[in-house]
Amino acid sequence: MPRPVQYNIHNKPLEIPIAVGDAPDGYTGVGFFASKLSDVVGLARKNSIWPLPFATSCCGIEFMALMGSHYDLARFGSERVSFSPRQCDLLMVMGTIAKKMAPIVKQVYLQMAEPRWVLAMGACASSGGIFDTYSVLQGIDQVIPVDVYVPGCPPRPEAVLDGFMKIQELVGKEDLRRRDSDRYKDLMKSYGIQ
Amino acid sequence: MNMALTNEIIKTRLADKFGDELKGWEEPYGLLTFFSDKNLNLKVLQFLYDDPELKFRFMTDLCAVHYPLNAGAELAVVYHLHNLVDNIRIRYKIFTDINKPDVFSASALYSAANWMERETYDFYGVNFIGHPNLKRILNVDEMDYFPLRKEYPLEDQMRTDKDDEMFGRT
Amino acid sequence: MSEHVTLPEGSLEKQTTTLNLGPTHPATHGVFQNIIELDGERIVGADQTVGYIHRAFEKIAEFRPLYQITPLTDRLNYCSSPINNMGWHITCERLLGVKTPKRVDYLRIIVMELARISDHLICNSIVGVDSGAYTGFLYVMQYRELIYEIYEEVCGSRLTTNIGRIGGFERNFTDVAFQKLEKFIKEWPAVLEEFNNLFVRNRIFMDRTIGVGPISAERALNYGFTGPNLRAAGVDYDVRVHTPYSSYEDFDFTIPIGNTGDCSDRFLVRDQEMWQSLHLIKEAYKKVQEFKGSEADVFHADVPAYYLPDKKDVYTKMEALIYHFKIIMGEIEMPSGEIYSAVEGANGELGFYLITNGGRAPYRLHFRRPCFIYYQAYSELTKGGMLSDAIITMSSLNLIAGELDA
Repeated sequence: MPRPVQYNIHNKPLEIPIAVGDAPDGYTGVGFFASKLSDVVGLARKNSIWPLPFATSCCGIEFMALMGSHYDLARFGSERVSFSPRQCDLLMVMGTIAKKMAPIVKQVYLQMAEPRWVLAMGACASSGGIFDTYSVLQGIDQVIPVDVYVPGCPPRPEAVLDGFMKIQELVGKEDLRRRDSDRYKDLMKSYGIQ
Repeated sequence: MNMALTNEIIKTRLADKFGDELKGWEEPYGLLTFFSDKNLNLKVLQFLYDDPELKFRFMTDLCAVHYPLNAGAELAVVYHLHNLVDNIRIRYKIFTDINKPDVFSASALYSAANWMERETYDFYGVNFIGHPNLKRILNVDEMDYFPLRKEYPLEDQMRTDKDDEMFGRT
Repeated sequence: MSEHVTLPEGSLEKQTTTLNLGPTHPATHGVFQNIIELDGERIVGADQTVGYIHRAFEKIAEFRPLYQITPLTDRLNYCSSPINNMGWHITCERLLGVKTPKRVDYLRIIVMELARISDHLICNSIVGVDSGAYTGFLYVMQYRELIYEIYEEVCGSRLTTNIGRIGGFERNFTDVAFQKLEKFIKEWPAVLEEFNNLFVRNRIFMDRTIGVGPISAERALNYGFTGPNLRAAGVDYDVRVHTPYSSYEDFDFTIPIGNTGDCSDRFLVRDQEMWQSLHLIKEAYKKVQEFKGSEADVFHADVPAYYLPDKKDVYTKMEALIYHFKIIMGEIEMPSGEIYSAVEGANGELGFYLITNGGRAPYRLHFRRPCFIYYQAYSELTKGGMLSDAIITMSSLNLIAGELDA
């Protein structure tokens, strides 16, 4: 028996016109557009984030839903989920990180090339969650710096999408010199990363 | 088809073989439970495995329990065995001194016992003699205590991130 | 090791290669580490390391009252949390001597079998992914949402459900929940059929799975296999039949078995179990519909001493307030005793060994986690096979890291 197919036969008028991303501020003339390089780089970066799913437990299953056809993270420019840290921009840590696992998280973070961002998904990755025990790391920010925390146990896919968009915001606005600044170097040093 | 195995038959059969060596017969919630001297554990398990009538050839579970007040027999190792043919379970315990927690390993008889014994070692420090690879399985190798023993707290005592006052723990 | 190659002393060439698979390798679904010795592409030895997500459930449980342990069970096998929840509730009910009404049992069966379907679905679609067929995964993930929507309607959560309480459910199933269930029952067969069409007679899939990672019934039993993995080896052991709980004895269903215990058999057994689960859901739903009038409002046993009262009643009724206080503050008499109770989890016999000494928290709670017990057979299953087969073998065992490491 074939699956019943549903077609979208009711045309819905557009409420707001579809735009191709937000164009950065700049000067437009006939045949040219001038803007800041950082804005253009930010625009390109934020819409082509390659995530590295570091899924250890329950949140990983919600990540499957997020990557699946229903919620579809690919809409946000993350079609390519890469499992190689060398190619990734965003480390998504999903699930409990035990102390045994902590050095591995750090290792993976170190293997990623700058600029890199980190999203902690779920209560465990953010703070240890309900597992305040001898074996669980109380939040991954003990070993690596985190940009966005998504609370929930596990968070709904929508919540992760929201967190992902927050990351996009950060990426888009980031100063190109941020990673060379002393403040950033101090942050890295506080984690023992040179 | 012989008569279905019951707790009474198992008990009689074991008592015939081991006499007074097996003690503490109970049936909490219908599950036949008994214990013996710890040095007898392999003999009892082998008999339960080999006996054509008993046929307890499936190890459901193996774990330890810590009774700090039970001086000289602080650690209990609990075996849950299952006869899948007659569908009946039994629980067999041995007790050991926490200062000398040496117990014979059942991993040669039941392959399933291998990791369960490693886990029991990891949590309680029961030293399974004859185990092919007795080392920590879930915790890091550097750990220097056995976390599930009752004297150790749940939380990591080294952590500095959570303010005890804020969490109402002072 | 190949014997015919003799390398000079101090040679840098090794006869075998050591490959470190995991713990973050994309092909290991969950955090396991396999250190594999390879001769070419053939595996000569494998050594597993686990514990990368050890969360000390058993220690936590010693500090929590019974009803607070349910959220922990959620996180054991998180692909089928409701089964774990029910397993725990049933253990407590057996300990406390609570008898649940039939309607509760049937509702539980519906939820548990839904969970079994979603669990088997993930496992089978991942086997598909590992044999190179991503489509099946993407296709069924979309329809798994149907199951999650039912959970949401019943308990408000998608994955870590925390469904129910000791004695029943926290609230009755709404009409919307039943409508969603009907939608599921109606749409699901076609989806599963199509999923089957993608795999079962697919030449590539057959070549990749038949004869891969087999285990004999004797070895499987000795290794403590249970659940679909044991049944694939040809042993028809199923806790639902051997030690019925939650009124499974009221239903007539088939236990599918395989005979070689290879990846293909494991896939097919899970596949058939999904059909059986669907059958059980239909039958249970039929029985639930037979309850009319006030019987249709029964969703928990009448045990005020253990069943947390509805919050609304706590605010308005004296009795409910008293019991709420007693349960929350641990003033309830707890029996002391020990009990082993098992349910048929999605990947095997999920057992709870509970010892109480009259305190509000268990004295000791040990989880029999099926994954943990049969993962030790992995090196035996993969030895002599190809590296790529080891990946499929792993996914077809349905190893869930959270349950394995507890």
